[in-house]
Amino acid sequence: MIRFLLKGIFRDRQRSLLPVLVATIGVMLTVMLYCWLNGFLNDSIELNARFSTGHVKIMTAPYAGNIDQIPNDLALTGVDSLMKKLKKEFPAMKWQQRIHFGGLIDAPDPAGETRSQGPAIGIGIDMLSGDHSEIERFNLEKSLRRGRLPAHQGEILISELFSQKLKVNPGDTVTLIGSTMNGSMAMYNYVIAGTIVFGTPGMDQGSVIVDLKDVRDALDMNDAAGEIIGYLPEKYYDDKTAEQVVTRFNLLFPPSGDKYAPVITTLRKQNNLGQMMDQISQVGAFVVLVFVLSMSLVFWNAGLLGGMRRYMEFGTRLAIGEDYSHIYRTMIYEAVLIGIVGSVSGTAVGLLLSLYLQNHGLDLGSMMKNSSILMPSVFHARITAIAFFIGFIPGLFSTVAGTALSGIGIYKRKTAQLFKELEA
Amino acid sequence: MRKIAIPIILLIILLSVSLNAQNPSAMEIIEKVDNNMSAVSRVFTSKMIIHNPRNTRTVESRSWSMGENKSFTEYLSPPREQGTKMLKLDNLLWIFSPSTDRIIQISGHMLRQSVMGSDLSYEDMMEDPHLLNHYTGKVDGEEKTGDRNCWVITLTATSTGVAYQTQKIWVDKDRFIPLRKELYAKSGVLLKRMELSDVLRIQGRWFPKKILFKDVLKEGEGTEFQIMDIEFNVKIPDYIFSKASLKK
Repeated sequence: MIRFLLKGIFRDRQRSLLPVLVATIGVMLTVMLYCWLNGFLNDSIELNARFSTGHVKIMTAPYAGNIDQIPNDLALTGVDSLMKKLKKEFPAMKWQQRIHFGGLIDAPDPAGETRSQGPAIGIGIDMLSGDHSEIERFNLEKSLRRGRLPAHQGEILISELFSQKLKVNPGDTVTLIGSTMNGSMAMYNYVIAGTIVFGTPGMDQGSVIVDLKDVRDALDMNDAAGEIIGYLPEKYYDDKTAEQVVTRFNLLFPPSGDKYAPVITTLRKQNNLGQMMDQISQVGAFVVLVFVLSMSLVFWNAGLLGGMRRYMEFGTRLAIGEDYSHIYRTMIYEAVLIGIVGSVSGTAVGLLLSLYLQNHGLDLGSMMKNSSILMPSVFHARITAIAFFIGFIPGLFSTVAGTALSGIGIYKRKTAQLFKELEA
Repeated sequence: MRKIAIPIILLIILLSVSLNAQNPSAMEIIEKVDNNMSAVSRVFTSKMIIHNPRNTRTVESRSWSMGENKSFTEYLSPPREQGTKMLKLDNLLWIFSPSTDRIIQISGHMLRQSVMGSDLSYEDMMEDPHLLNHYTGKVDGEEKTGDRNCWVITLTATSTGVAYQTQKIWVDKDRFIPLRKELYAKSGVLLKRMELSDVLRIQGRWFPKKILFKDVLKEGEGTEFQIMDIEFNVKIPDYIFSKASLKK
């Protein structure tokens, strides 16, 4: 029977072409939108994870409570032994120490007097120990615009925009004026090794990247760090696994009376990312629902048009003794077949386009020039397992629902009038 | 009746005159405080014991000051701070950091920032204001501070640009030295408390060798400021108060 119906559908182009096209386009849009939203969420999460939150983050409770102020006086101490313990207990994870700091970058004139000065937000990461993971995580090699990456102690990277503002170039010496962990004024000279473009407007305006040891020397933070960042072995954040890490950490480091004891938190609980993740998921579900409803309306309409076009056919079939329900059922079967064909083709096209966006992305940097939020400027799609079947929901459901609605009209045909209608 | 009234009036006048003689005015008290606390010039070595919530640090320095507007400080220890120098002329402050060989100027509200993470601001550290020049006062009453009888005086700033709009001070009645101070912002918010102790007779004046500063907006147990040695009204060469001396 399926073969019979398929033959019927494909031999009668008017019966197949438009519905299949509509289903294909609808499914393609659903798949693309889903992948796009997924990619957007993922890009935002991973950007935050790489630059700021990690998949899990360890801080002191007072530091976590005042994190916006970058309170290095509340930083973790004894981090070397803590790192050893973390690496031993969570060997699959990657752990990194980081020190965020704020201050002024002061560029001197030849007499040593201030020539230009600007507020900077800095981050101290491990760049010179031989472990290149932080360099890769921050994508520093590709972000480099001028100069080179730091190769020696005392060298820093500065955002290109900031270097232009301060009128400094690679090779120039600048002074960081900040505050030590103890609250003293810190002054420390650095040589600019290179300039970088993060591609994130919030970070491109006044950022510096310094090797961890150099920040420690400048801010008097020996064996201390503001944060220890942990990355799960999987490439992408998984809330369940992160929560398992948190549970285990809390067993290893039970609450003590020490106000400055390390505490751990997941990515989801930082920077309102949990809320963002939930909202984007809700938007995703809403988009799929809107597609299902709108496509149902389209198919209802298409079914009504088809029903009118096939008015004679259904009349003849009823006249030769076919049941109302049998005709209705065959219409539904046809709709299922059209839905499947449309869903398969729509999913295939949607996945291909999403694959392109996954690999190349879409640069929306020009739209976010003045943004101070940590957001990627190039948005990629992300294809997940769900993307392979999510299109079937609107594809199948809408065609079937639309046909089911329009097909009800068959039951209103009166057999007593059939021949009259056929004669006409 | 008239015979009784005249002696009573005379007695009242006499009593009030004698009471006034016992109770000096706020400005008289402040003048005597200034005579003890301020000088034409001062040279002293001090030790700041900073009790932060997580640690205690000691910073030693030597300071030269001339009047209200010129001050120079060189840090002697710990090694990290050694050689750091600060020059304050009027409302401008220059800091020299030997590790960077740079002189950085700070001014304005930055002068109210903490010195070396202590409870003292740059203004607290480097200013020696004559209270009489900047404040007017009224005696609120008498109170005991420890075992000392004190006048309680509220000072209100008469000039702009002072660090604290209002001060409440407890002045030792006998030695005319403040033993306690509460320093308030213009908004009326209490900013700092000071407890002055170890009052000694130095060069004919009373002077507290130990001051406990507590910035109430900051965590920690406060900062002990100890004068190790001090000389008043000594001749200080002019070059000390020049930017050139920062790099010397």
